[in-house]
Amino acid sequence: MRVPEARPIVAGRGRAVPLPAFLAVPVLLVSAAVLLPVAYLVVRAAGADEGVLELLLRGRTARVLGNTVLLAAAVTATSVAVAVPLAWLTARTDLPGARTWSVLAALPLVVPSYIGGFMVVTVFGPVGALQRALEPLTGLARLPDLHGFVGAWLTLTLFAYPYVLLSVRAGFRGMDPSLEEASRGLGEGEWTTFRRVTVPLLWPWIQAGALLVALYVLSDFGAVAIMRFESFTTAIYLQYQAALNRSYAAVLSLVLIALAAGVLLAGEQRGRARFHRLGAGAKRPARVVPLGRWRPVAVGFCAAVAALGVAMPVGVLAYWLAIGMQHGDALARVLAPTARSLAASALGAGATLLMALPVAVLAVRHGGALARFTLRVMYVSYALPGLVIALALVFFAARYAPAVYQTLGLLVFAYAVHFLPQAVGPLRSALQQVSPSQEEAARTLGRTAPDVLWTVTLPLVRPGMVAAAALVFLTIMKELPATLLLSPTGFETLATTIWTDANDGRFGRTGFPALVLLAVSSVSMWLLLGQEGGRA
Amino acid sequence: MYEITQETRRDRRAVGDRPAVVALRAVTRRFGAAAAVDRLSLDVAPGEILALLGPSGSGKTTLLRLIAGFERPDDGEVWIAGRRVAGGGEWVPPEARGVGMVFQDYALFPHLTVAENVEFGLHCVLVAERGPRTAEVLDLVGMRGLAARYPHELSGGEQQRVALARALAPRPFAVLLDEPFSNLDADLRRQVREEVRAILTAAGISAVFVTHDQEEALMLGHRVAVVNAGRLEQVGTPEEIFHAPRTRFVAGFFGRADFLPARVTADGLETEAGLVAQRVAPVASGDGHVELLVRPDDVTIAAAPDGTGTVLERLFAGSEIIYRVALPSGRVLHSRQPHTVELPRGARVAVRVAPGHPLACFQHGAALEVEAAGPPLPRERGEATA
Repeated sequence: MRVPEARPIVAGRGRAVPLPAFLAVPVLLVSAAVLLPVAYLVVRAAGADEGVLELLLRGRTARVLGNTVLLAAAVTATSVAVAVPLAWLTARTDLPGARTWSVLAALPLVVPSYIGGFMVVTVFGPVGALQRALEPLTGLARLPDLHGFVGAWLTLTLFAYPYVLLSVRAGFRGMDPSLEEASRGLGEGEWTTFRRVTVPLLWPWIQAGALLVALYVLSDFGAVAIMRFESFTTAIYLQYQAALNRSYAAVLSLVLIALAAGVLLAGEQRGRARFHRLGAGAKRPARVVPLGRWRPVAVGFCAAVAALGVAMPVGVLAYWLAIGMQHGDALARVLAPTARSLAASALGAGATLLMALPVAVLAVRHGGALARFTLRVMYVSYALPGLVIALALVFFAARYAPAVYQTLGLLVFAYAVHFLPQAVGPLRSALQQVSPSQEEAARTLGRTAPDVLWTVTLPLVRPGMVAAAALVFLTIMKELPATLLLSPTGFETLATTIWTDANDGRFGRTGFPALVLLAVSSVSMWLLLGQEGGRA
Repeated sequence: MYEITQETRRDRRAVGDRPAVVALRAVTRRFGAAAAVDRLSLDVAPGEILALLGPSGSGKTTLLRLIAGFERPDDGEVWIAGRRVAGGGEWVPPEARGVGMVFQDYALFPHLTVAENVEFGLHCVLVAERGPRTAEVLDLVGMRGLAARYPHELSGGEQQRVALARALAPRPFAVLLDEPFSNLDADLRRQVREEVRAILTAAGISAVFVTHDQEEALMLGHRVAVVNAGRLEQVGTPEEIFHAPRTRFVAGFFGRADFLPARVTADGLETEAGLVAQRVAPVASGDGHVELLVRPDDVTIAAAPDGTGTVLERLFAGSEIIYRVALPSGRVLHSRQPHTVELPRGARVAVRVAPGHPLACFQHGAALEVEAAGPPLPRERGEATA
């Protein structure tokens, strides 16, 4: 035998094939990019003239914190209160037109909060549509002002409760009806069974939905700004805009980040503990609960929610359009902002996809500490308010990279960092469906790992890439705070035109851009729900 | 476990002095604390088809992936065509090893046609030569007519042949096949097996294939390597493996096998089922206790009211009947009988181990050299050979 005898060599224990550099390097860069905003905020806050502690302990911080927590708690509570009965009615009872109601009840999700906020003001404002309708009857010249907590609470509940609804409905669908039957069989009554079996089984789903609502409220900028409610996002924006104290803005941002991270962490831990109790269950339809004489009440409840969440936005939109057209506004005017929105979204989607690809490939094919770390960092960044990310980038660019400050490039970068998880999600699902043996086969046929990615993996995950890009594209179209802060001067997009015009009270001019955005929003919501359906 | 050096000597006999195409030298691969492959050495000669046979979880697929370069050995070396590709500080990635692979799920690229799949590995070949080479290997596997089809338009057997053609196209030093027939139904499997053997022989290429099917290994392999718990139990021709198992594990892996404890005496081997007139090599250690490999046709039973055996169960297998018989100790032996022998369950029977050949004999799991005692014994098998 020409092969020499074996001799021991020094080798690590159980090491896997090492991370290929063509993945590891880009993923490290992506992690760094995602971490940049938070890291910079920390640096900025630490370098404040006054001590961080003094800034933190200002009376104002406590007030803002109180406001924000109160708003998040209130909106989450009312969302659950509205959504759980709706989910039960549409999923488990003989509610007439249950399918229609379930679609209508999910629709408010397509209204971006800044458009929703203006709509609520237009209808329920002191001199809004409701006041004009009521004036002949009551002679009231003004309705009570709903700006502040009440307005923010109402608006956010109205347009965020569907997160709970969708989650709980998925819970009802996945629940094994025999568990409830077992409880009945053990001699428990209908109501006791609901309380002791159904609700505990639904609890993880309620929590998951509530988590989304809470994060939505924390990161919302549009609705609270319109309602002039002092929450973290508005306070941060004010500090930034008035250039009062940027360090204080950084400190406020960090508190908000801590809040979001806390919510995320709490949700994650409880979610995990409960998950395994919910098997796929027997795929037997659950018993339909007859509503009996409660039927009219149930229909009335559904109709009221649909009137506020769907009929009102449609009516207001039509009203704005009518006013706009009376004043000679035309769709043509929004062509330029639409083109800019499209351009920014396309660039943003492209950049996001480019960043998402190495992360997804690494996570699916190699796993390991770097992949886990990147995914975690990425999801935390997703929970961060867009405003905070944008602000951090503004500070960073103004100090260290003035050349990119107020350029499209920085805006696109912010989009990519913020929306990365939306692209990684579909890409991971697509990659998981490609058998690793196909890639290994390509290796044994003489192709290098990067070559395999290009010739085998990417062609096979093309549908997933298209879905990811579409989702990110549509989400960026609606994005407001980062676009407001980071777009180059004069770079008006659909979102920013609506914002400026509505802020100046020119509601007539918001009809066309809002129409376009709502259409875009509907498509993206449809894509997103399609994805969630696949996961459930 | 027997010694590696002894095994290497046996290899030399089988392989001759030609250089090995694939050589593993004391290769170890651990996953966590467990060794999936444990100091295993093996050679594959030019043109040889080697079957890696073992139960699931025995490390045979890991072995294949170590050769292909999808796993790195923790220790030991892998050589391909005289070049060290892993170990001793060397690492050659899979694409540079010149080893083709046929995957269990075939792993055909669904976005490419049959011809494009085959051509995929020819990117380093001159453009003008790609077409002819593709046609050549598709001819070899009899798939030229379906070159324009997509993988999903092919049957399982056809996909199998395309996968083989694709692996052969770049003229690798060797092809590796991972459970190549497990995705085919029984009838097709038999047919494809013969086709694959013919194709590999026609291509004159070395092949290593993994299987847990003993029949497949015996029929297809020029040599069979039996792997258990990450270690090589035995490697040899199918005949050697079948007739002269060197470990208790190998013996038990082929066919129905019972192990009967025996004590070495001057007259032969004393067992619960009588004396077996057979001599064994001097027992190196212990008190002369060994185990005999007893197959169903080595055991005769006859109805006898004072017999020591009890019929436990009667397994009807068409032309023959397998009886499960309990000995006084509770140990169970199987006996093959013609269907004319009818014994009810619970019947008392006289059990005799009456082979017409020396029985394989094991001590501490390893085979002992056996030889028949004295003059050849008269044929005693009688009905048992029917």
